[in-house]
Amino acid sequence: MQEYIIELSKYYIVFFMVLYTLTCFFALWCKKEQRLHVLYLTQNALMVLVQISCFLNLALVSKDIQYLFFFGFVQIFLLAAVMLVTMIYEKANRLLLNNMCMLLGIGLCIISRLSFHHAIRQYVIVLVSFIISLVIPYLLSRIRFLKKLTWVYAAVGITLLSAVLILGEVTHGSKISFSVAGVSFQPSEFVKIIFLFFLAAALWEDVSFLRVALTASLAGIQVIVLVVSKDLGSALIFFVGFVLVVFVATRNYLYLLAGILGGGIAAAVSYRLFDHVRTRVLAWRDPWSYIDAQGYQITQSLFALGSGSWFGMGLLKGNPKSIPYVYVDAVFSAVCEEMGVLFGICLILICIGNFLVIMNIALRIHDRFYQMIVYGIGIMYIFQIFLTVGGGIKFIPLTGVTLPFISYGGSSCMTTMIMFFIIQGIYMRLRQMEEAQENKRRGKNGKSRENRENRENEESKQA
Amino acid sequence: MERAEKTEKTEKTKNQNRPEDKTGSRSGVKGLKRPGPRGNRWEIIGTAAVFVVLFLGMIGYLGYFVATNEQDMVNNSYNSRQQILLSQNYRGSIFSRDGEVLARTVLDGEQNETREYPYGKLFAHIVGYSTQGRMGVEALSNYYLINTSTSLNNKVANDVAGVKNPGDNVYTTLDVKLQQVADEQLSVYRGAVIVTEVSTGRILAMVSHPDFDPNEIGEIWDSLVENKDSSVLLNRATQGLYPPGSTFKIVTALEYYREHPDTYENYSFQCNGHFSMGDSRINCYHGANHGSVNYVTSFAKSCNSSFANIGVNLDADSFEETLEELLFNGELPLTLSYNRSSVEVAEDSSVNDVMQTSIGQGRTQITPMHLNMITCAIANDGLLMRPYVVDRVENDAGNVVKSFKPSGYGRLMSSEEAELLAGLMEAVVQQGTGSRLKGADYTAAGKTGSAEYNDTKGDSHAWFTGFAPVEEPQVCVTIIVEGAGSGGDYAVPIARRLFDAYFAEKQEALE
Repeated sequence: MQEYIIELSKYYIVFFMVLYTLTCFFALWCKKEQRLHVLYLTQNALMVLVQISCFLNLALVSKDIQYLFFFGFVQIFLLAAVMLVTMIYEKANRLLLNNMCMLLGIGLCIISRLSFHHAIRQYVIVLVSFIISLVIPYLLSRIRFLKKLTWVYAAVGITLLSAVLILGEVTHGSKISFSVAGVSFQPSEFVKIIFLFFLAAALWEDVSFLRVALTASLAGIQVIVLVVSKDLGSALIFFVGFVLVVFVATRNYLYLLAGILGGGIAAAVSYRLFDHVRTRVLAWRDPWSYIDAQGYQITQSLFALGSGSWFGMGLLKGNPKSIPYVYVDAVFSAVCEEMGVLFGICLILICIGNFLVIMNIALRIHDRFYQMIVYGIGIMYIFQIFLTVGGGIKFIPLTGVTLPFISYGGSSCMTTMIMFFIIQGIYMRLRQMEEAQENKRRGKNGKSRENRENRENEESKQA
Repeated sequence: MERAEKTEKTEKTKNQNRPEDKTGSRSGVKGLKRPGPRGNRWEIIGTAAVFVVLFLGMIGYLGYFVATNEQDMVNNSYNSRQQILLSQNYRGSIFSRDGEVLARTVLDGEQNETREYPYGKLFAHIVGYSTQGRMGVEALSNYYLINTSTSLNNKVANDVAGVKNPGDNVYTTLDVKLQQVADEQLSVYRGAVIVTEVSTGRILAMVSHPDFDPNEIGEIWDSLVENKDSSVLLNRATQGLYPPGSTFKIVTALEYYREHPDTYENYSFQCNGHFSMGDSRINCYHGANHGSVNYVTSFAKSCNSSFANIGVNLDADSFEETLEELLFNGELPLTLSYNRSSVEVAEDSSVNDVMQTSIGQGRTQITPMHLNMITCAIANDGLLMRPYVVDRVENDAGNVVKSFKPSGYGRLMSSEEAELLAGLMEAVVQQGTGSRLKGADYTAAGKTGSAEYNDTKGDSHAWFTGFAPVEEPQVCVTIIVEGAGSGGDYAVPIARRLFDAYFAEKQEALE
């Protein structure tokens, strides 16, 4: 019996995953409250099904019962998270919440397959991150001076990043982390949030040239510090976030053009200046000629993808540990190898789903400050996924950043979760406002024309 | 919650009031567009759309990569997962087209595996080996051989019993009888023989000498690798680079026709055994004096002097184009590992080089397989079929897992050109150097070659490439016998035996 379960599991895991992805996009499109509720519950059920299938498979193949215990803990957490958030914040975005839990579950599953020890650590990290994140929406609604801290954000960001540059530990040739009391932190992850608050605070009411220039120089310092720390992936994410936020805040295409040109020049310069940049590009263009050295990681990653093929080799049936840094950089390839490329594609699609939800929220926000924060988070989130997935499949050069919610690592997980809960907080405000407006309009139903004029007035004033 | 709502409202009213005057003055002074509440709608949608498109591109790339590279990835020797597959499945068998075992894995009582090749040396290069690296079909179908498509019930039963699953079996297009004839005929000579089916591109036989016994590959490996002189491991049929000699006149003749489509029939040349231009001189084979020759007889008698005369008047650019169309200096549509043929034609080539090239000497090099493909295209109306050796893959129960169909690569030449060249090659048999094929039960066409590889001694490789029957070509053979002498004397008889065997087998099948 159990051999049948093991053999067939790769097909039904993919099947559940595809179904989940479909519900995710259907929920994006669907407007009916009633139907959405059913969809969200279906998603939770599918999430549990994927989890049961994966962990049961792990336990059967390894003949190790600990996976089932771990499964229990993971399920309790995921379901409790969904219930807690919806109870405390009834206006929270369920789709974003469900997707987050889905991704966290997949992440914990693949990490536990790679190393049980790492998985337990990651579980604790997820738990702590969740508890911290849970208060974020509440804090957002209480703290009123967020818009005024422009220069404080910049100062904190520059200080933290510089501190890493000077004091940080060297891992794989780049300075990205330091340890406090045995726990290693990656400040560049947390600074992402502060960086976005800085941009939003700097640009929400004043987009004069001087203002943009000042913002650009302060943002530029942070990007340069990251480049000097050889944290290329983060530098790129900061840069792209900065250019696009400035563009959307100013609506000035010249800034976008300048950003693209500047980025191109900076890329060319760093290609000439830095050896490690050239190595990455070389390994991307022709990994097969350097299969023993520079191309080793990318070719091993490609082997994983090719060997996994559409339905995967099955959990514990492949050899994902042959890929260097599989826990962090190459976790997507590990997922594809054992759970299949179809599963991997669904994973990417769920991330795109998250991005679309975030962009949709950004479109609805009137307050430019919060709009920029939401928009910036969305861009950084999706661009980071582009870097890590694209790097692992040789679509672009490898930069070594994490896959949010899936990769092993506390700073990344906590930062992304805080970002998602910031969006939740802003989204709740938005819904309250929208509902208030709706009620007002209904109240003045008779004088609808006047009402519309009023609203238009209001909107223009608000700007 | 209520309090939160209140702060919300106060902040909102603040927002409404505060920026009002500022916005007004700023937009006036700086001339910037006033950012309305939804003013940046299209910027957000636009940038989001860019990312969505980027991701769709990435997903497409990933899908394409997996669809096209899966086998290469599994086969790469740096991929540790092969060991995983081999620890679960034992290697499948390789069969000839009529079901004879060419390679199989034998299990002893303790489940130890040995790879066995029942025909020994006969299929050494084309079936290959799998333990010291891989070669031939063993390399080509490695992916199928180490994967299993056995039924789920069998997998479960094997799992319970603690034995490995049988890998999938590969059925080739190889014909044992033809392979034996080719091997016998090549005898002690070094060289290669290829037999292919014209209309499909199926490789029926492929022999390369010297050979080795793949059953003993482990023991003899070191000595084979050390002995660079004889390069036993080289599959001469696809990897051996030889001067094409007079077989190259097929190409020169085609180019002459292309440059003189209306007047080629009027060509004539008075051969007195050599042709000179400036300091350069070309001799006919063994100084033969061919007398007055035209386009057809120049080809049939393989007159070097006449072809040197044709060569020096050809247009280099046009010639280069023709060579490119015939897949020289480029990739071949071939899955077996091969070497690229090379030929040099340029505007500034010396007269000597041009004369040498046009009779297939000089720096020109070709693999027998490439010549075979050109010949097949001529026999097949100008259309080249991709040569292939793996016909289908079956699981242990005989269900077909994957089958490979004949597929056209494209035109190497027009239908008229193919017809013309076929006519020339028929004349070779009827009135020229291929006369040893005359008088058979079938009609044959081809071109001989005696490629000189040693300038001082005049030693030559014997070539023949051709097809039969002329009316409706079915089979195509290409033969090279190293250092034997003239193609007409040493290669053509082998072709005859191969044709005989092919048609005899066909006849048997009918009866």
